[in-house]
Order: sequence, then structure tokens, then C-alpha cells
Amino acid sequence: MLGYLTKRLIQMTVVLWVVSLIVFMMMSFTGDPVFMVVPIDATDAEIAQARRILGLDQSLFVQYVKFLTSIFEGDFGRSYVFRQPALDLILQRMPATLEMVLVAMALAVVISIPLGVYAGAHPGSRISKTIMAGSLFGISLPGFWVGMMLIYLLAVQWGWFPSSGRGDTVEVFGMRVSLLTADGWTHIILPAVTLSLGTMAILLRITRAGMMEVGRQDYMKFARAKGVAPRDVLFRHGLKNSLIPVVTIFGLQIGDLIAFATITETIFSWPGMGKLLIDSIYRADRPVIVVYLMLVALIFVVINFLVDLLYTLIDPRITLK
Amino acid sequence: MSVQKQALLEVRDLKTRFYTFAGVVNAVDGVSFSVGRGEILGLVGESGGGKSVIGFSILGLIDPPGKVDDGEILFGGVDLRRKSEKELQKIRGKEIAMVFQDPMTSLNPLQTVGEQIDEMLRLHSDLDGKARRARCIEMLSDVGISEAEKRLNNYPHQFSGGMRQRVVIAIAMIAGPQLIIADEPTTALDVTIQSQILKLMKQQVREREASMILITHDLAVVSQMADEIVVLYCGKIVEKGPKQDLISKPAHPYTQGLLGSIPKLHDRQDRLTQIPGTVPDVRNLPQGCNFRERCPFAQARCAEEEPEQHALDAGRSVACHFPLEQELAP
Ligand SMILES: Nc1ncnc2c1ncn2[C@@H]1O[C@H](COP(=O)(O)OP(=O)(O)O)[C@@H](O)[C@H]1O
Ligand code: SF4
Ligand SMILES: [Mg+2]
Repeated sequence: MLGYLTKRLIQMTVVLWVVSLIVFMMMSFTGDPVFMVVPIDATDAEIAQARRILGLDQSLFVQYVKFLTSIFEGDFGRSYVFRQPALDLILQRMPATLEMVLVAMALAVVISIPLGVYAGAHPGSRISKTIMAGSLFGISLPGFWVGMMLIYLLAVQWGWFPSSGRGDTVEVFGMRVSLLTADGWTHIILPAVTLSLGTMAILLRITRAGMMEVGRQDYMKFARAKGVAPRDVLFRHGLKNSLIPVVTIFGLQIGDLIAFATITETIFSWPGMGKLLIDSIYRADRPVIVVYLMLVALIFVVINFLVDLLYTLIDPRITLK
Repeated sequence: MSVQKQALLEVRDLKTRFYTFAGVVNAVDGVSFSVGRGEILGLVGESGGGKSVIGFSILGLIDPPGKVDDGEILFGGVDLRRKSEKELQKIRGKEIAMVFQDPMTSLNPLQTVGEQIDEMLRLHSDLDGKARRARCIEMLSDVGISEAEKRLNNYPHQFSGGMRQRVVIAIAMIAGPQLIIADEPTTALDVTIQSQILKLMKQQVREREASMILITHDLAVVSQMADEIVVLYCGKIVEKGPKQDLISKPAHPYTQGLLGSIPKLHDRQDRLTQIPGTVPDVRNLPQGCNFRERCPFAQARCAEEEPEQHALDAGRSVACHFPLEQELAP
């Protein structure tokens, strides 16, 4: 176990290092950020000075080493726009994004797994066919369109939900949380639904496929021969056995959710880090983009690790090596 | 003649069909037999004969597109076909338990053996956690698993095939069923393990005065185990009777063929091909006797008229126009 953890830690570090390299290269080859910080009428001397201050006058290698060491010190530089540490900016916005992603994930799981189990257990039934047709919509309708539709109908036309912003928040451990207020919930529900539709549809289909496969296994029939009620056969014997692919896809989908959160946040003016990213890309605010990318990479790597741990919890035949 | 034992299970004219795209499969076509209390009935026939379908029909576990279309399944005098799913759940496992063919696949790979045995007691007894655990340990030792207490926490993949089948038998036995349906319980096991498992099953059944339907394609296995034998071909019974008589003086050519295919020790391969030809397609059965194309004794009448089941002496019956001369055998 300890050996495994060390190995995984090294692996994760290597991945993050490679990401840092890619991020650095991308940043170095896309435009000259010096013009973001100097006034329009700056003289050549002023530009040169700014370049020196930003360290842009040194060789790429030296720049990269500096970049890497400051990352290790948790220093990603200051935002060119806000003149604040870029990491702080992102961290301030992160709870809003995570909150939305979390609600979207929860929605996806709570809705898609029972429906997927049902559709997998009764593949021919009319209800299952309806569920599957619905899931096709979830997969094929673009999220931004669904978001705009929801805003148009539920917010503008009928006025059931607010169309933008985050609503009342409460501070918990220094983070602003909207899930603790009713107003916060009314604000989060539309963006979260929009965000979760795609994942919901995919999880549903994976769960269904898994249940159909598992349904053919002898142990399911044996469970029924033991006198287990049909619902318990499905959920206590079947579901867990079809969970490995579900967990795998779910892990991957979290990445998708974070990525698509940028679009959803833009549509709903949700003050999260995704919206900050989009704004920063427009303004070529390099440090903020770097923090975002590195942070997302870190989240990915950690989730991957957690998914592997989860495998061993689900299936005793899988061991950590 | 001995007094007829009171029947625990009586199957009358059972018809189970599968309504597939390719046509209707008469998997079980008018089968009648009974199992006395404390009796072991061997259900024999080549693969595809409908043996498993009979087993699942009794338990009400035929899934669409299959359906039990007709007949009665009297268990202790009550027709199981008239029971609701809820009522059947109380019968499955508690009154009638099943042992499947492949212990590698009949246990849930993600639950410990202990959980899977305990599930039976949770479903079918009022015992509390501690008492259930004690019962599980006792049962596991009964089926010959050493260090039972420790083994409860193991998962199926930590057991060998033979050991897993012992676990399955423990599961089948623990709620004290009156009838055990064992569907090819040793087919997936090594030859050396087979006889151990059969011995264990026989001992368990006898000890508890339970009855058993032993399903197998291997007449050698039933001849070791059964009191009565039912021979099945294409979903129909071709011959039934007490084991000794049936084995020593088979009346149906198919039974004789199966007997001829009992392997001599160490010679197990190709034993089923010793009856020439193959089982006909059940969706498209020939007119007349189903066995006609493989039967060395077939005559013109066999092609026209399907043989009816008719009684012989000593509680035997056969469905053949020209039953073998019983005097031939010693
Ligand atoms: N789910 C099913 N769908 C269609 N046909 C089936 C199904 N299950 C069994 N059958 C048919 O029923 C017949 C009897 O099968 P089975 O009882 O499994 O045979 P046995 O156990 O004697 O080998 C076979 O011809 C098989 O094709
Ligand atoms: S009825 Fe005719 S074909 Fe059929 S088993 Fe008897 S002798 Fe053979
Ligand atoms: Mg079978």
C-alpha cells in the first residue's frame, strides 16, 4: 500500500510537471504580454523596463526555471489586470465553481443511476424507451442552448428562477457558500441543471449498459432463487457489479463538468473561476490563466487517484499495485 | 411393491415456451413427474432437453420471452403457479432452494461468502445477528470448509471451484428447504472434486430428510445418486422409473444410448457423441417421434405417429412405439 502510494505520488508529480511545461510553452508562444501591462503610449525604454520586471528578457529556459520554482512556492505572479496575486483571485472564485459542479454531479448521480438501473433491468418496457429517448436529448442538445432556453422560459417568461448571479451567500471557513441559503439555491439550480444534463445522460447510458450486462450473470438469477426481492436483486447485487465503468466515466466527466462550467458560468453570469478564466483569456491575463490550468490539472490528477482507490473499495479482486 | 411415498412435488403436464423472434420454442412440452419426500429424482438428458427450464419453471423464474403456459406445479399440494411473486419469494430459498451449475459465476463476486450465506437467514429467519453468524459458521463447517469463521470474510475469488460449490450448497441448505433443485452441480468441476461434492449433497439431503431434483446430462452421476430417474428429450419425458430398473433394463432407445455413453473410468471425452446424430432443432421438430432420426430401431410408424407415454410395470413408463425388450437385460 505504501509502495503504491509513493508510486502514485511520483506519477502525479510527473504529470503535473509535464502540464507545467505545456502551459509554459503555450504561454510563451502566444503573444507578448508586456503590452498588457504598459500604457499604450509607453516609450521603448518603458517597455524594456517592464519586460525586465516581468522577467521576459531572459532566455526561455531561465524563465521556465523561475516559473517552476515560484509555482512550488505557491507564487503564480500577480494578475496583470487586477494587480492581485493570481492564485488568490482564482481561489476566491473557486468555491462558486465547485459548488455548481458539485450540485451538477449530485443531480446527475441521483437522477441517472436509478433511471439507468431501471432501464437496464427492463430494456423492452415503454418507460425504459422513454428514458433512453430522453437521454439522447441530454447528449445531443448543446449545453449553452439548454441554458439559454431555461433562462428564457423559467427566468424571463415565468419568472420562477433568477437568471443570473449567485444570490445570498454565507461565509463558511472563509469561503462564500450559496448552498446554505434558499436564495442561493434558487440561483444555483438552473446553472447546475444545465451543466449536469450531458453527464446525466452519459451516466444513465453507462449504468443501463452495465445493468444489462450484469442482468445476464448467474449470480443475479441465483439471488432471485434465494428469495431476494427483485428490487434488492437489482440494487444490492446488480448495481455494485456494474459500477466500475460508471465510476470510471464519472471520474472523466468531472473534468468535463469543470470545463463546461466556464460556458455555463458565462451564460448565467455565475461568478466562478470559469468566468474569470474567460475574462482573463480576453485580457491575456497570463498568470490567472496559468493558475487556472495548473489547478484544473491538479484536480484531474487527484480525481484520477481517488477513482482508482474507489475501484478497490468496489471490487475486492482489484488490488493496488 | 413398496407403498407410494407421499409426493412433495408433483408436476403435471408442464408446458414452458419461449416466444423468440425466430419462433416459438417448446422448451418443456407436457412434462409430468413427482418427487416424493426424502427422494432424489434424477433429471437426465442431453443439453438443450429442457432440464434447466423445468428447474426454473418450478421456482417461477422463467423470464420473458419465456412463459409457463400450462400445467400444475403442486408443492405440498398447492399449485405454485397460483402464487404471487411475493409469496414465491418466501418459498424460494426457504422451501425450495437451487444449486447452479457453475460456482464461479453463481456467487456474487463483490460480496463476502459470509454476507451471501447470511442473506438467506436475513430473508428467511428471525434470528438476530449473532445467532445468524453462528449458524453460518456451523453451516460452512457442515459442508466441509475448515476454519469456517475466518472464511466467512473471504470473497468468492479466494476459493477454489469445489470450495465455491460447497459454499453454494451451504447457501442452499441453510434455510432448511424441503426441496433442492441442483442444476448440473458438478459439471463445471474437476472429476476428482465431482464425487466429493455429490457425496456431500447426498449426505446433506438425507440428513435433513429433504428431497432433491438432480439435473444432469450424465447418467453415471444419477445412477450414483438418484432413487428415481426421468429421462428427457426435446422437452418431453421419454422414460421414467426407479433407478435400478431403468438403468439395468432401459426401455427407451434414447436411455439405452445415454447408458452406452457412460464413460469407462478415465475415458471421458466424446461421450455424448456416442449417440449418433444431433438433437433436432426444437423450433422445428420432426413429425412423429423426436428421436427417430437417431434411433437404430425406428420403423415406419415412428415417422407418422408421436409415441404416447405408457406405463410399464414397477412404476415405470416409456414413450416409444417399440420399447426395448426388458427380458434382454439380466
Ligand atoms: N431464454 C431463452 N430464450 C430462448 N430459448 C431458451 C431460453 N432458455 C432456454 N431456451 C431453450 O429451451 C430449451 C431447453 O433449454 P435448457 O432447459 O437450458 O436445456 P438443458 O438444461 O436441458 O440443457 C433449449 O432449446 C433452449 O434453446
Ligand atoms: S418411437 Fe420409434 S423412433 Fe422413437 S424411440 Fe421408439 S423406436 Fe425409436
Ligand atoms: Mg441446463
